[in-house]
Amino acid sequence: MFSTIQSEFALVWSLFRQDAGHNRKRMLLTVVAIAWGTLSIVMLLSFGEGMKLAFHKGTRGMGENIGVLWPGSTTKAFAGMGSGRNIQFQDEDGEMLVSRIPSLAAVSREYSRRRGLTVGTKTVNSRVRGVDPSFGWIRNHVPQPGGRFINEEDMRHKRRVIFLGEELAQDLFGTQAVVGREVQINQSVFTVIGVAQKKTMMGMYSGPDKNQSAIPASTFLSMYTDARVGNFIYLPTSLETADLAKAEIYRVLAAKYRFDPEDRRALSIWDTRDNQRITDNIALGIQMFLGIIGALTLFVGGMGVANIMYAVVKERTREIGIKMALGAKARQVMAPFVLESMFITGAGGALGTAVSISIITIIAMLPLQGEAFDLMGKPTFSPAIAIATSLILGAVGMFAGYFPARRAASINPAESLRYE
Amino acid sequence: MIEMTEIRKVYSTGRMEVEALKRVNLTIGGNEYVSIVGPSGSGKSTLMNLIGCLDTPSTGTYLLSGENVAGLDRNQLAEVRNKKIGFVFQSFNLLPYATALENVALPLLFAGISDKKRNERAKEMLERVGLGDRMDHKPTELSGGQMQRVAIARALANNPAIILADEPTGNLDSASGHAIADLFGELHAAGQTIVMITHDNGLAKIASRSVHIRDGEIVEDNRLAA
Repeated sequence: MFSTIQSEFALVWSLFRQDAGHNRKRMLLTVVAIAWGTLSIVMLLSFGEGMKLAFHKGTRGMGENIGVLWPGSTTKAFAGMGSGRNIQFQDEDGEMLVSRIPSLAAVSREYSRRRGLTVGTKTVNSRVRGVDPSFGWIRNHVPQPGGRFINEEDMRHKRRVIFLGEELAQDLFGTQAVVGREVQINQSVFTVIGVAQKKTMMGMYSGPDKNQSAIPASTFLSMYTDARVGNFIYLPTSLETADLAKAEIYRVLAAKYRFDPEDRRALSIWDTRDNQRITDNIALGIQMFLGIIGALTLFVGGMGVANIMYAVVKERTREIGIKMALGAKARQVMAPFVLESMFITGAGGALGTAVSISIITIIAMLPLQGEAFDLMGKPTFSPAIAIATSLILGAVGMFAGYFPARRAASINPAESLRYE
Repeated sequence: MIEMTEIRKVYSTGRMEVEALKRVNLTIGGNEYVSIVGPSGSGKSTLMNLIGCLDTPSTGTYLLSGENVAGLDRNQLAEVRNKKIGFVFQSFNLLPYATALENVALPLLFAGISDKKRNERAKEMLERVGLGDRMDHKPTELSGGQMQRVAIARALANNPAIILADEPTGNLDSASGHAIADLFGELHAAGQTIVMITHDNGLAKIASRSVHIRDGEIVEDNRLAA
């Protein structure tokens, strides 16, 4: 059985070698058409992939799966109290939430004031936040090498230390090394302990992190004794427990501040997972759209191959008739055409993919800067794209070869021998 | 060798039905050299297509070396053509881009014969028709007579039961035509069964038997003294 298949393949291979490449120029042009189609689909999908990754990173720039919790005012009468009552958080609410709700991984307070930050003669107005150490990792404040975020020691000793957003650090100090230098706020001297790494933020409240600074919450309270908690930020233990955590926050705070747990206006929660979901879906939609455009371009290339193969079949009608008269079976007539079409598609696909990967590599090496590039990302090749492209190419090659080949095999040898 | 009984072939062209062959009965034995003669439109091409298994009869039975080929499918017919019939055409029908050797090897390729044996056999056949020194020439580099010799070598490649020749000298000058006719004579003398379609009476006379066909019917069947 195996040797039959082997000899059959050897036969088809001999036929293919005899048939293919009579018209090298035409074959080359067809290969280029397929290469172009492949280039289109790979580049478009890679741009989509890059954009998806940038979107993914961007929506998580503020922190992944986090929620922001603001106080609201009641809209329902509860336990003898009327509606329209303002809720005011207390400093210890954060700790209480973490200790009472197992599905919460961390909570940080956030106080904030706009203040002038002074270095030498230069003063820059900025939002100064008073936060807990967990703020750093909840809100994705990653220090540049050589620096750190606020820690427990800073909190305990109410240290005058400050963590700067990267653009704020640039505005204050220029490009010099910043960690260890001093900044004045209301005549108090703060030591810079870290500068944030650059990140993309697609969602934010009260401005981007790059222009803001953070000091220990304890220090903030000692400076501004009248300060009230503006909001809490929380991180659930996982994506799955986020809904439970949210419900628990309502339940615990409703018990403390005595409002109806069903009264959604008493607290205002920004669940960033909603944004993540929406942007992920938008990115997916864009990628699908680009993929469809690419696939259509490739399909046009495939039509070109089918067209050429039809012309070849027509051209070789007499030849096919001769071969059939000499005893060629239908599959022996068909196979060389299918093989030729697969060869053209394969060569074009390989060429297109190689060119695309080169372009992607070159773009990756270019130092592209700016907000647009942060949002759009750089084209990224992925195994999924390779698989999708191969599948589409394979299908195009098969169909572009199969239908002309079937036509060739359906030729009546008695008639085709008369064909001029 | 060939036993055709009550063969009928009808072509339908839209509303019209054309009866190309009406009840043909023809028996050809081994080592016969038969010419089939008739004017154009007589049905001789149709008969040749049926004998050569390029087409199937509308009704009737056709036994080719004992095998009923009337009911075979396309692939089975291809195999019968490959193994039992060697075609020689008026216009040679060689593959233009292939060398003489490759052309002769083609039916062997379809028979699934290995590379080495194919070349050996093809060489042998080309030598037999006197073209041992033209093996690597392409058809365009050969004269008409030489092309027809390549075609005959190709027809002989699979050692067929019948050589089926359709006006084999029709595209040749008279000198080349005579040489090809002589070659057929030699093949017949060596025991080959030959069926030749022609309207050339001179060529027909070389055969040992001539069958005349007119309006889809056999009207005359002469066995000539060899």
